Amino acid sequence: MASLNWFRYASPATFYPVAGRMIPWFAAAAAVLAAIGAWIGLGIAPTDFQQGEAYRIIFIHVPAAWMSMFVYLVMAAWSAMALGFNTRLSAMMAQSLAPSGALMTFIALLTGSLWGRPTWGTYWAWDARMTSELILLFLYLGVIALRNAIDDPRRADRACAVLSLVGAINVPIIYYSVKWWNTLHQGASVSVGAAPKMAATMLAGMLIMAFAAWFYTIAVSLMRVRAIMLERERGSAWVCALPEIKSS
Amino acid sequence: MEGALALAHPDTGAVLPGVRWALARDLRLALRSRAELGVQLLFYVIVVTLFPLATTPERTLLATMGPGVLWVAALLASLLSLPRLFAVDHADGTLEQIALSPYPLPALVFGKILAHWLTTGLPVALLAPLLGLQYAIDPEGLVVLASALLLGTPILSLLGAIGAALTLGLRAGGSLLALLILPLYVPVLIFGAGAVDSARAGLGATANLSLLAAGLLIAVVGAPFAAATAVRIALD
Repeated sequence: MASLNWFRYASPATFYPVAGRMIPWFAAAAAVLAAIGAWIGLGIAPTDFQQGEAYRIIFIHVPAAWMSMFVYLVMAAWSAMALGFNTRLSAMMAQSLAPSGALMTFIALLTGSLWGRPTWGTYWAWDARMTSELILLFLYLGVIALRNAIDDPRRADRACAVLSLVGAINVPIIYYSVKWWNTLHQGASVSVGAAPKMAATMLAGMLIMAFAAWFYTIAVSLMRVRAIMLERERGSAWVCALPEIKSS
Repeated sequence: MEGALALAHPDTGAVLPGVRWALARDLRLALRSRAELGVQLLFYVIVVTLFPLATTPERTLLATMGPGVLWVAALLASLLSLPRLFAVDHADGTLEQIALSPYPLPALVFGKILAHWLTTGLPVALLAPLLGLQYAIDPEGLVVLASALLLGTPILSLLGAIGAALTLGLRAGGSLLALLILPLYVPVLIFGAGAVDSARAGLGATANLSLLAAGLLIAVVGAPFAAATAVRIALD
């Protein structure tokens, strides 16, 4: 194992073709799993006797909410590596993950409010989870906006890395502060409360959809990171030597 | 790599002199432009005055909204004064000289943050009980409000310094700073405004004030290093 040099893949020239070979596998896995998950979720899973058919939105909502938080942690981890090892590719990975994370957060918020209308009778409630998800969306947008405001990519890499790390420390604090604020102001607010025990088919459908969301995110961020590599290294020898660049 | 250097500076004996030097310098500069400080404080007073005009002068409602309004205004006042922390020194090149000095940069940054709090956060916290009277907050509530602001406004300066350093010299500086920093202020806002609420509800403000104090300790330990790293990134 000692002979395996992980930093070999930290070079864009080495990683570019590897990423290109991995994308079809992750994309195919995402498509197959999403099809199976949708079939279980929409066809096989039983109707919930309390919420009716509206509950079926959880097959998109829950995976998106999980991914929204997980992607932020992965982005922060790549940012820590970018600052610690000063590797260009780590910062590019962090950059390529931010839009996917923001998309997942937005999907979680949108599906949540669409589900809230028939179930709670309102599109928006200041529920702890909804509020902290909204703040998470602001954190993603902050990272993306900071990236766009800085012209020098190397400065943008490191500035976004610092911001992502500060945000990652803050995410749990924000979550618990919002949760506590919500319990203090209980009033007429709505709460999911203790969820009834979930049928096994529902859980299976949700987990399969979660893996589909996971593989989709990997495939898309790899595609994005390949585009970022080409754009940033457009003057370098390895990009000019690529067959698809030469032929055009 | 500069970030790692800022964390592991060899000359630890120069920390306190560094803090003292930056604090004295920034305080002297701030006190030479007293009018600017007065304008920032007036901004706070005016924002607080607008809320009853926009909603209702009814006393029970004002007492409910009051702590929240005073806190949101404190957040905005802090946000408005943040560019002053590094931008002037950055524009005339002083910041580069400061970064080259033999003192550890996190210590200098901490001194600057301390001076920023003394000239913006502290006056806001001291003025709050007076404005709280306009919102019909009872005397105990005023004491809790002032203590919460005394514990919370330094966190605003510490976190804000990171954002101010990250946005140094950028075109969209001001509004970008708001987008970066306001979400991070959320826990301070919740615990700070919640302190008065829970005191009024008979729960006591100890839990909120303890959490604010814990947040302050974490911010004091971490934020100067993060802000110093951000300053180095901006100067590259």
